[in-house]
Amino acid sequence: MNGSGPFDLVARVGAWAIDAVRRIGAATLFMLRVLFASGTSIARPALTVREVYFAGALSLVIIMVSGLFVGMVLGLQGYDTLQTYGSEEKLGVLVALSLVRELGPVVAALLFASRAGSAITAEIGLMKATDQIVAMEMMAVDPVARVVAPRFWGAVLSMPLLAALFSALGIFGAYVVGVRLLGVDDGAFWSQMQAAVDFRQDILNGVVKSIVFGIGIAAVATFEGFDAPPTAEGVSRATTRTVVHSSLLVLALDLVLTGFMMQMWGD
Amino acid sequence: MMNSRMLQFWVGVFVLAGFAALLFLALKVGNLGLGSGAASYEVRASFSNIGSLKARAPVRAAGVTVGRVLAVDFDATRYEADVTMAIDSAYRFPLDTSASILTSGVLGENYIGLDAGAEETHLEDGGRITITQSAVVLEHVIGQFLYDKAQEASP
Amino acid sequence: MTDAPLVAIRNCNFGYTPARRILHDVDLVVPRGKVVALMGGSGCGKTTLLRLIGGQARAQTGSVEVAGENMGTLDADGLYRMRRRMGMLFQGGALFTDMTVFENIAFQMREHTDLPEDAIRDLVLLKLHAVGLRGAANLMPSELSGGMARRVALARAVALDPMLVMYDEPFAGLDPISLGVIGQLIRRSNDALGATSIVVTHDVQESLKIVDYVYLMADGRIVAEGTAEEMRESDVPMVRQFVQGEVDGPVGFHYPAPDYRADLGLAADA
Repeated sequence: MNGSGPFDLVARVGAWAIDAVRRIGAATLFMLRVLFASGTSIARPALTVREVYFAGALSLVIIMVSGLFVGMVLGLQGYDTLQTYGSEEKLGVLVALSLVRELGPVVAALLFASRAGSAITAEIGLMKATDQIVAMEMMAVDPVARVVAPRFWGAVLSMPLLAALFSALGIFGAYVVGVRLLGVDDGAFWSQMQAAVDFRQDILNGVVKSIVFGIGIAAVATFEGFDAPPTAEGVSRATTRTVVHSSLLVLALDLVLTGFMMQMWGD
Repeated sequence: MMNSRMLQFWVGVFVLAGFAALLFLALKVGNLGLGSGAASYEVRASFSNIGSLKARAPVRAAGVTVGRVLAVDFDATRYEADVTMAIDSAYRFPLDTSASILTSGVLGENYIGLDAGAEETHLEDGGRITITQSAVVLEHVIGQFLYDKAQEASP
Repeated sequence: MTDAPLVAIRNCNFGYTPARRILHDVDLVVPRGKVVALMGGSGCGKTTLLRLIGGQARAQTGSVEVAGENMGTLDADGLYRMRRRMGMLFQGGALFTDMTVFENIAFQMREHTDLPEDAIRDLVLLKLHAVGLRGAANLMPSELSGGMARRVALARAVALDPMLVMYDEPFAGLDPISLGVIGQLIRRSNDALGATSIVVTHDVQESLKIVDYVYLMADGRIVAEGTAEEMRESDVPMVRQFVQGEVDGPVGFHYPAPDYRADLGLAADA
């Protein structure tokens, strides 16, 4: 089984594929379970609000600071390039479109996956490793409804708000660098931006993207936590997997969504 | 454990900040809030060629943005482009003002430039600018240039 | 005991995988109002038996009855209904680490009852007072010592005055003082609530002090049973080895292995 001949190599690929499909199936079933158990999250909003705090409010600082920096860098780089063509007043357009369409939702989602996603996995995994999940079951309380669903919805609700904050702070950062420091015309910066950014095509699509990313990250994080072997090693591995898998998922979803949206709005 | 009042406060801060950001994106970055802003009046003008002028392009006088293009339509009877623009009510222009389609920078986007005339009467809402100059289409300019060169070289 | 036993396990066989059977033909009866100990070495199937009683696992053959209900055939709702009348203390305590001691005890009251906040407060303080930790109500589980955490877990296990309380290794890893305290608390809360208790343990001396009846398990079978006194006096080799803590005996010191000399490659000389 553990040989290195061509047979074993193929067998190992097969084993990997079977395991992958098994996990995807398990994750799908788990998601259905979460959806059916979501009544509690709605009936007792305090549970969900608490998770919005842990997933969203605690991610505020990292998201805002990152957004500001990314926007400033975009401002510097964009100015440098646009200046060569004498169209530095287009800076606002460049920055706003990159942020609102792509960077805002995607970078915010990647940060969110490593900040909040990993925390959700570690928390649920640890609760499992210390018998808290079983204890809850023995107290006749469904842990999926009481522990998992609020965390899932908390993350889903937080994501679009964080992405919007990221974009807004990014545009502000580019404004500071471009207009305040490099002397791009204030009026041109905003008016050209407003002329080029379409509310539905760009901003709403960005919001839709971030909601989809939020669902993806929340699903991966809660599943990995609940599926983690109840040991220290199992939980740490699950946490790593959450960051890796949800980041890849975000990038893959982004490709699909972008293609889909361009098709839809294509001219 | 943080008490729940404090927790609610921070969630409130987070949610308000998030929605403020969305509002900022929608109104300040996007074009949702425009048109609902300052009062304006509409003026129309016909051009034989508008280049790549689009709705929402700026209308400028002496380089200052005084309005926006509202709509670009094709007039099927005269085979010309019919442009509707909204001009800020704060600015009045004489009746014989001319409009031309200009380009910002070499590769920049098109906008409408207004040159004020000398008439005493002003353009009113729904008025029409009669003196217009079409967009300079780069292909035509290059074509003309090559044609001239060829003319010079051949005799 | 004239009335029917609270827990009756008959002819029970169980294994997590078909290849490895953990319980063999287990017959066990827990009379109402008694504290019954389930003793045996590590890995002999004690905890598994608790899982069967709690309905977390289902026996392959035989029946597990609690208060007349067969735990092996109940649906999810039925299980939850039964579990509301059971309390369980887990090996590690399993306190909810993100809640205060107070909220841990209040958890089931909030989930399962519509009691007003005042009533919950009084009940929680009553339970905490019984284990001597009323003053620790606002601490987080991470701020408690091992013995205190165990006492809180005990208070939580009996929070809803259950008919059956299961203790999984309540004595493991405690200092001698906490050991005695927990033992007394188990006995006292059982008698005060009129509940029935099952204590899974390998701590013989401590549990013999408080229990009414003992089942001794080895390799997934019940090998001996009797009152605490009978166990102490017993001259059955298995019981003696366990009660006296002898190194070798019916329970071998060595894990089954081929002949030592053969393993070392000396067999040829012999």
